[in-house]
Amino acid sequence: MMQDDRVIVCEKLTKRFGDFVATNEITFDVHRGEIFGFLGANGAGKTTAMRMLCGLSSPSSGKATIAGFDVYTQTEQIKKHIGYMSQKFSLYENLTVRENIEFFGGIYGLSDERIRSKTAELLQRLGLKSEANKLVASLPLGWKQKLSFSVAVLHEPKIVFLDEPTGGVDPVTRRQFWDMIYEAANSGITVFVTTHYMDEAEYCNRISIMVDGRMEVLDTPANLKSSFHARSMDEVFYQLARGAKRGD
Amino acid sequence: MRTLRFLLRKEFRQIFRDKAIVAMIFFMPMVQLILMPLAADYEVRNINLAVVDHDKSPYSQKLISKIVASGYFRLTGYNTSFREAFGLIESDKADLILEIPHDFERNLIREDHEKLFVAVNAINGTKASLGGSYLGSIIGDFNGDIRMQLVTPPRFSQFPVIEVVASNWFNPVLNYKVFIVPGILAILVTMVGGFLSALNIVREKEIGTIEQINVTPIRKHIFILGKLIPFWVLANIVFTIGLLVARFVYGIVPVGSLLTLYAFISVYLLAVLGFGLLVSTFCDTQQQAMFIMFFFMMLFILLGGLFTSIDSMPEWAKLITRINPVRYMIEVMRMVILKGSSFSDILPHVGIVAFMALVLNSWAILNYKKTN
Repeated sequence: MMQDDRVIVCEKLTKRFGDFVATNEITFDVHRGEIFGFLGANGAGKTTAMRMLCGLSSPSSGKATIAGFDVYTQTEQIKKHIGYMSQKFSLYENLTVRENIEFFGGIYGLSDERIRSKTAELLQRLGLKSEANKLVASLPLGWKQKLSFSVAVLHEPKIVFLDEPTGGVDPVTRRQFWDMIYEAANSGITVFVTTHYMDEAEYCNRISIMVDGRMEVLDTPANLKSSFHARSMDEVFYQLARGAKRGD
Repeated sequence: MRTLRFLLRKEFRQIFRDKAIVAMIFFMPMVQLILMPLAADYEVRNINLAVVDHDKSPYSQKLISKIVASGYFRLTGYNTSFREAFGLIESDKADLILEIPHDFERNLIREDHEKLFVAVNAINGTKASLGGSYLGSIIGDFNGDIRMQLVTPPRFSQFPVIEVVASNWFNPVLNYKVFIVPGILAILVTMVGGFLSALNIVREKEIGTIEQINVTPIRKHIFILGKLIPFWVLANIVFTIGLLVARFVYGIVPVGSLLTLYAFISVYLLAVLGFGLLVSTFCDTQQQAMFIMFFFMMLFILLGGLFTSIDSMPEWAKLITRINPVRYMIEVMRMVILKGSSFSDILPHVGIVAFMALVLNSWAILNYKKTN
């Protein structure tokens, strides 16, 4: 019964670049509708791991299936069922808000009708109606990030991967961003998110913390705090991450 | 196919949003096509000539004025010794020295026989060899005149004179513009298409938008087609503008059919754009792509047969020209525009270029990796 709702199954997944082991034998499962926090210091291997799960990078060894598809052989199948928001803003700055939505909707195979209704709904929800025909380049960062997220879930994927989605965003917008994440999770989308903000970590159902390419802990925020005798996630993170050798 | 529609719409929107680029794409080739043929002239003029006249006779004066009157030469020195004249060559003031010996007049009339000495500054090879042969033919002409007027009556001429009469087919007045404009147009279209396509995918890599594309289930060949088609259309427009410039500025009307010309250019552009896209898939930055394209473009152009004839190249260079798409383009342009060749005449060219297009585009698709 629990087995059935696992959307990410990862076993000893490893990525090496020459001698450097970016991600070292990470093993974990993520369940449907879960908000899974993926924490770690800079250079801990989070982005590399996430790129493997998205089919952007092929693993060196280990096993993983995403929505039931193999990360080695079925990357294009995986891509139909996931959404991805990279660390670097990657919508087209020289297209308008509406044109970006239309383009990605089209690429994911949404019908013209769906694209129209989705665009209207999205603009309404983001409060971007008056900006719809403005170039994305002219939007403030917070809006860009919210738009990126909306585009990443436009095709109603099973899982959405968010790589530091709230980096550099003001607290109010972060709060709104997390409301959007909850909304997505409630509609059954599994959220896999990396962050450096420990308050955000508290919003997750479960958290893993990576140190030097290895996954050191994996549990709910409450359990982690009690097992580390810590009052906050900040302390938990600090205790784990200060032993790290990598980073910048 | 539906995905392709969205890709194309996006590409065209992006291209036409940057008005400066659009202006450059269409305006710059036009300016070049109007200016370059005027400057890139095959004829050599203003050759600096130093004359060493030991004879100082009416005949030597006559010869000199005939040479200057030809319009190709500029008399920059009239010296009495060869050494003096040689100084002019050394200081780059003269390209050629004509030495007229003592008793030039007497020998020419009485002994029917005289030698002239021509020294050439061969640092500027084209100027030297062309100048030397111009001078040779003017002197030959002069010689003929003298014989006609003063020496033997022509009807009893002892020696049969063989005269070679050249007839320039397909370019009757040997107008170098007719020859060079189609070639320059070929190069401009190649450059515009090649550079645009080479910089495109790599630009998406630099900005990071390629990540967002790679994480979608888009098919690789669709993505490449989505890049290929917009530039194909643009390059065809540039080509059309070029034909119009050739028609209305230079009065060059293709002798052959336009349909034949466009049939070839359509296939040719696929090859050139495929090459650009291939470069784009290999590079990580626009700078890298730019340098690689520059390297190949120089090779393609210099070994394309526009500026120097392929027939006179060494064997190894001839081999390279066989895999140079620009060579086929220039040949076809000249064949169809100047000679009026039909589609069946250029069929071998179409075949070779089609093969190149197939190889380059397939390679680009293979080399474009959505998963690293």
